[in-house]
Amino acid sequence: MLARLMRIWRLGIKELYSLKADPVLVALIVYTFTIAVYTVASGAKFEVENAAVAVVDEDQTALSRRMRDALLKPFFKEPVLIGASEMDRAIDEGRYVFVVQIPPKFEHDVIAGRDPVIQLDIDATAMSQAGNGASYIQNILLQEVAAAYPSSTGTAPVSVVIHAKFNPNLKSEWFNAVMQVINNVTMLAVILSGAALIREREHGTIEHLLVMPVTPTEIMLAKIWANGLVIVVAATLSLVVVVERLLGVPVAGSVPLFVGAMVIYQFSVTALGILIATVSSSMGQFGLIVMPVIIMMNLLSGSTTPMESMPEGLQYAMQLSPSTHFVALSQAILYRGAGLSIIWPQLLALAGIGLAFFALARLRFRKALQAAQ
Amino acid sequence: MTGAAIALAGVTHRYGRTLALDNVDLVVPPGCMAGLIGPDGVGKSTLLSLAAGVTRLQGGTLAVLDGDMAQAGWRREAGARIAYMPQGLGRNLYPTLSVRENLDFFGRLFGQGGTERAERIAELIAATGLAPFADRPAGKLSGGMKQKLGICAALIHDPDLVILDEPTTGVDPLSRRQFWELMDRLRARRPSMSVIVATAYMEEAERFDWLAAMNAGRVLATGSPDAIRQQAGEETLERAFVALLPEAERAGDGPMPDLPRRPSEGPPAIEATGLTRRFGDFVAVDHVNFRIEKGEIFGFLGSNGCGKSTTMKMLTGLLPASEGEAKLFGAPLAGDDMGTRKRVGYMSQAFSLYAELTVRQNLDLHARLFEIDDVAGRVAEMMARFDLAEVSEARPESLPLGIRQRLQLAASLIHRPEILILDEPTSGVDPVARDGFWRQLITLSRQDGVTIFLSTHFMNEAERCDRISLMHAGRVLAIGTPAELKQARGMDSLEPVFIAVLEEAGMGRDEGAVELADRPTHVGRVRRFDPGRLWAYAWREALELVRDRARLAFALLGPILLLLAFGYGISFDVEDLPYAAFDQDQTVQSRQFLESFEGSRYFDRQAPIGSADELDRRLATGELKLAIEVPPEFGRDLMRERVPEVGVWVDGAMPFRAETTRGYVQGIAQSYLADAQMRTQGVSTSLYPISIEPRYRYNQAFKSVNAMVPSVIMLMLVLIPAITTALGVVKEKESGSISNFQSTPVTRLEFLLGKQLPYVAIAFASFVTLVITAYLVFGVPVKGSMLTLAFGSLVYVCATTGFGLFVSSFVQSQVAAVFATAIIAIIPAVNFSGLLVPVSSLTGAGRYIGLAFPASWYQQVSVGAFTKALGFAELWRDIAVTGLLALVFIGAAMLALRKQGA
Repeated sequence: MLARLMRIWRLGIKELYSLKADPVLVALIVYTFTIAVYTVASGAKFEVENAAVAVVDEDQTALSRRMRDALLKPFFKEPVLIGASEMDRAIDEGRYVFVVQIPPKFEHDVIAGRDPVIQLDIDATAMSQAGNGASYIQNILLQEVAAAYPSSTGTAPVSVVIHAKFNPNLKSEWFNAVMQVINNVTMLAVILSGAALIREREHGTIEHLLVMPVTPTEIMLAKIWANGLVIVVAATLSLVVVVERLLGVPVAGSVPLFVGAMVIYQFSVTALGILIATVSSSMGQFGLIVMPVIIMMNLLSGSTTPMESMPEGLQYAMQLSPSTHFVALSQAILYRGAGLSIIWPQLLALAGIGLAFFALARLRFRKALQAAQ
Repeated sequence: MTGAAIALAGVTHRYGRTLALDNVDLVVPPGCMAGLIGPDGVGKSTLLSLAAGVTRLQGGTLAVLDGDMAQAGWRREAGARIAYMPQGLGRNLYPTLSVRENLDFFGRLFGQGGTERAERIAELIAATGLAPFADRPAGKLSGGMKQKLGICAALIHDPDLVILDEPTTGVDPLSRRQFWELMDRLRARRPSMSVIVATAYMEEAERFDWLAAMNAGRVLATGSPDAIRQQAGEETLERAFVALLPEAERAGDGPMPDLPRRPSEGPPAIEATGLTRRFGDFVAVDHVNFRIEKGEIFGFLGSNGCGKSTTMKMLTGLLPASEGEAKLFGAPLAGDDMGTRKRVGYMSQAFSLYAELTVRQNLDLHARLFEIDDVAGRVAEMMARFDLAEVSEARPESLPLGIRQRLQLAASLIHRPEILILDEPTSGVDPVARDGFWRQLITLSRQDGVTIFLSTHFMNEAERCDRISLMHAGRVLAIGTPAELKQARGMDSLEPVFIAVLEEAGMGRDEGAVELADRPTHVGRVRRFDPGRLWAYAWREALELVRDRARLAFALLGPILLLLAFGYGISFDVEDLPYAAFDQDQTVQSRQFLESFEGSRYFDRQAPIGSADELDRRLATGELKLAIEVPPEFGRDLMRERVPEVGVWVDGAMPFRAETTRGYVQGIAQSYLADAQMRTQGVSTSLYPISIEPRYRYNQAFKSVNAMVPSVIMLMLVLIPAITTALGVVKEKESGSISNFQSTPVTRLEFLLGKQLPYVAIAFASFVTLVITAYLVFGVPVKGSMLTLAFGSLVYVCATTGFGLFVSSFVQSQVAAVFATAIIAIIPAVNFSGLLVPVSSLTGAGRYIGLAFPASWYQQVSVGAFTKALGFAELWRDIAVTGLLALVFIGAAMLALRKQGA
């Protein structure tokens, strides 16, 4: 048993040397966990921020100006005044997501109590911003009118106060930063372990190992621990330095618990990478299988759009993906400060899926070797 | 005009710090068969690749066919008159293409028309005996046949200079003999043709007209074989060469040790009974029987592909036998018997140690995996014994073949095995190094009693074995000591015995001795840009693509599958949110208030909450996304118009969902208030003096699918084409067929565009299937101009395949290509191209990354044409920028791709 562990250890060390010898791979890993995380988290925000708005003001009164001025940064870019005739074209070209149209005699009608109608045109192809932005604009405009003409505004019998728990200002930067780290872990782990196996197969080195007192299980475990270690360390550094320090995201829960969970996640995704390598006969096929698998795992795991909005069948199917469970438990740990008592079902699922991938890969290991010859 | 085929003056060439050619002056005479002889790593291959224009000249002058090879213009002219066959069997061939298709490709590269090609191919394959195998894929040919195909490919354009780098290495004696006969016939047809060959076989060198002996980057002697023998005063070329070497390098020279074999007792070391291996219908090894005694050196000889390697793999346990039994040390072989593995050393045919580890690290790894006691001591001992100490910190890839083989032998011996299984250990190793190698083997066998089972193509090595077996087509044809075999046939050397046995077995009978007619050489002007050459590459790439069915299927079906998954799956429609109420009032009023949340498709009610702690806990587990806390006294306060405060808790862990939820809650609260007013006052008046009428344009229902489908098409048409194309160039770099690009007149642009064309076609086909899927499955039609969308997509896939080509051109390995393409493409395509966040609201570096990537521009085209009913007038700018980026990628790929190696 000890001899077995020593062999796994040795083979893993070899794996680390191989990685070190390829500066392109090292540079790409560094890039992924630094620049890529930072630019995505700070640049591509889901919340309504810097949304492009245009106003068609056919009233041109103090009230219409006041309403225009109320569309403030950082939610909106400075509203641009455009003519009614330009409206269609501007929105067609994707220059503005929202166009507010204030009708003629608007203020006059408000005073007269004639309930004038403001038209809000929304580019509904910008899914992430259209709905929330529209409800922002409606609220802002109504508040402005209420503030300008308090007498013509009623009071609500109930006040509904909405609090956002775990992320009071609903900053998507927080969410995106952490999810980006997770997505990159998935991407690197699958490619790194799978491609390394295919390269060894193509260079004949696996075969060479198999005539030595080394079993396929040991080879696979060595690949998993070595590649996993590199990625877990890189991801932890990324979380602590880039996410917590540079992006200023407060991490609610326990980082050690998160790292521990990441180790288990790592096992399941590197095993998946090896499994894909054993079902593909060449690097070309590997690339074509890996690409869809990675984007599916990333985009449908609940890290991008809510899990509940997916069709039920797809939700069940995605339970097979380790990323779904890992995203759920990371949100619980990092935002809600959840402990082991809350996240253990996901950990169990991760370990189970990982073991299944590993067992399948082990079954295919020798067959794949013979088929590739 | 010197009239020389190749003339070098003061040529020096370095790889990093290693000096490969040291101020070489050499004139190779024209119109003859010239040979380059010398040990490994003395610069033979470098010299030949310089002459072929494949490697960049670093210093000195080099004239080939009387033109300066430093000039790109002359290289292109000369490229049409030179044929180059790099080292390694069939390395410049395409394994999935048939014999005829391979030749067709080379014919096209030299601008031959259809009929001319057909005539030449028919003639060449008839002359080489390949005609019956014209439709067999090159990868399934035996070594000898591959080599013949290689020579056909080289000769298809009637070159004036043929450069062959070790063409017969690793080829059996019969195939080798046939090869040289073929060369003689071909030269007889065109006496003006110059041939220069590098070889490690001295007996082959005897038949050349002119020789240059090289050592350590310098030329030792030139002249006819006779002249060289005379100069050295030796009888054979092999001895003459050794005599020419400087004193220091002759170390260990002398007769082989002749030690008697120690008698062995106990069971035989290796015993095979009826050993058989089938691959599908093909029987690779057919009921093979042999017994090898302990301490014996047993040689395995046979034609290429006769089953030698397969037999050896079965003996190591790498391949299970289909039938029969193999015993090691008297016990049947079990695949996972670790004890046996420790007693066996194996060396595979190809180099199979880690190229990225140093010599010392490789030995160290072996020692540790075998759990040797004194690792450092044993590694040092092996390095001293195999003369590796000097290169201990070097990586194997930078070492000459001979040293690499020594390293492999050292690695296979490090654990003191009792049986050594060596698969062509001396293939490609020069005579001096081979002798050294054999001294080691003999010592091992005679002194240490190690059983050695090896395969070889060298007859002088076979003579040194205790016993040999001759194998062909999976069967053992003869077995015995070299003396017995010679005696049985009444021949005095093994080579004719071997050839006779193989010919009796039916090999070589298909040889058609077709007379070759002379034909006028056609020397056309070499064009700067030739669509024919571009087409040659496009046609070849397309064939390879079609042959790999699995890959083609993934490239076409993958995007559809993903469109289905993402079209349904990436949804910003927030529905069925699990929520629960913490009703501390429990009155009619509070229930009325809570009822307004029920029945909404946005919310999904869960069991009520009983305490504040429970509220926190259920939100923390993620079970609830929303909790509503109705305060005590809610009903009473409401009646008294005291405006009670309802607390709503939204899970903020996913900001987008929380934001949307907040909007829903506000909406529901308002409708509740309106209802309440209706109940109490009988009329409903708005709280505000104005109304706001939102109009969701392009997507009235505000369903994600309408917006997602065009964006997902954008995503599919970048990721899949890029990853498919990304291996295009680098695969040729790894396999070695890149030399066809380097040594023929094909230009970088022709090469790249030719490679790109089939992938553009596949990607466009994929676009068509995606549009059909969008319409049929999702009911998302193209509202705008179909033609504009198609045109824009064509431009877009040119850009995305161009991106793949660019990555492929600058990386060195397929691993790096897959890695780099995935990482560089996925991040901007998913985040900065309008899939999730509109490009107009990106900030910081992300915005610029997005704008520099074609996906963000095409997203406008796709969304515009699908949902916004736009046409060319509105979208041409985006298409133009996409096209511009396509040009940038191709341009960058051209810069990254070198026509000449370092």
